[in-house]
Amino acid sequence: MQAEAVLVRAKLPVKMIPTPRDLSSDCGIALRFDWCQNEQVQALLNKARVEIAGVHMMPA
Amino acid sequence: MIYLDYAATSWPKPPEVLHAMTDFLEHAGGNPGRSGHRLSIAAARIIYNTREAVAQLFHVSDPMRVIFTCNVTYALNLALHGLLKPGDHVVTSSLEHNSVMRPLRALERSGVQLTVVRCEADGSLNLNVMREAVTRDTRLVVVTHASNVIGTLLPVEEIASIAHQAGALLLVDAAQTAGVIPIDQPASGIDLLAFTGHKGLLGPPGTGGLVMGDRVDTSELSPLVRGGTGSRSEFEEQPDMLPDKYESGTSNGASIAGLGAGIHWVLDRGVEAIRAHEASLTEVLIAGLLNIPGVTVYGSNDSAKMTAVVSCRVAGRRVSEVGLRFDDEFEVMCRVGLHCAPAAHKTIGTFPEGTIRLAPGIFTSLDDIHAVITAMGRIAQCHE
Repeated sequence: MQAEAVLVRAKLPVKMIPTPRDLSSDCGIALRFDWCQNEQVQALLNKARVEIAGVHMMPA
Repeated sequence: MIYLDYAATSWPKPPEVLHAMTDFLEHAGGNPGRSGHRLSIAAARIIYNTREAVAQLFHVSDPMRVIFTCNVTYALNLALHGLLKPGDHVVTSSLEHNSVMRPLRALERSGVQLTVVRCEADGSLNLNVMREAVTRDTRLVVVTHASNVIGTLLPVEEIASIAHQAGALLLVDAAQTAGVIPIDQPASGIDLLAFTGHKGLLGPPGTGGLVMGDRVDTSELSPLVRGGTGSRSEFEEQPDMLPDKYESGTSNGASIAGLGAGIHWVLDRGVEAIRAHEASLTEVLIAGLLNIPGVTVYGSNDSAKMTAVVSCRVAGRRVSEVGLRFDDEFEVMCRVGLHCAPAAHKTIGTFPEGTIRLAPGIFTSLDDIHAVITAMGRIAQCHE
């Protein structure tokens, strides 16, 4: 939830989704974003000290 | 009707609090953090927003170190039982509520060393006595921010520096002060801040929490309860991530939504402004009571050194009788008796009879205070 708040505030288009089952079930929910914004997303989350369990590319 | 029992719980609540609660149940009824559907996410978002509001109120940078509990008692128990092990030394004051004293007495029976620093009869704390009590073996100092019996504010910043010099942590019980006294947790050196949601923060009962400062190593703070968190579901061990480690089971979402609205209401008006209003009422109330023959007021009688909690007694009258007459004849709601703090009553010399506790709040008017003083005058006079 903190990740979503940080990214929405930065006006990045993100969407909360149920964590895809083929990934780790680290958390029930995950945040989906455009892969081309990967670096920006990680930089923002690191700056806000949000722990990232993992970043995975989803097939289109 | 005059409600003067804000020290027990605030009433009425701002309409925004009620709206937030019904809105949560109507539009965000999912289980937060469990499922990924829109109602679950909406619920989680509202709870997160309240976490941010708490962080903003206490000036802490990381909202994930705000742990929601069902009340301040639970938060205090989490900190005390989670941190203290047999052989550890803990220091507290003689003003404490039973929410601190009872868990400490239980821990003492299991081998924790307890020192209770005696406060003065007016509730003030001699820092030299505190300094002598805190040693290199002290793991934790726990004090109330303000007495729930006589409103006396304890010097938490000075106590923090005493604790830190000895390598101990400071836990502060902010049940009486959150929302009515400005609190900057990092600047004050408060490592663990336990708060309730239903008093000065104007939220519903069933809310509260523990805010952990940077100095607290969460690997050394055990959870009080373990269970489902929605995270790391493949493991049968409790996760370490925050706030999940300390928030097992479905949260009290509707009430946390109400708490968020209450905190925003407080932030909009400003804690300083609320404090100024309550201090001015307290000053008038104390002056009025002191003018009535036969009435004794306990504590410092200085509104700058206390919250809006005034304890008194009427010569020749049982406190229970005064409380009943206040309610029956004058429609004044207050609390009489021991206020769950026997040590505090022993400190101020009102054990076991207790006191009449008059506790105005943000929705109390100056007219209300004048009416209460008049009522007290009548009650005291009738006896003579």
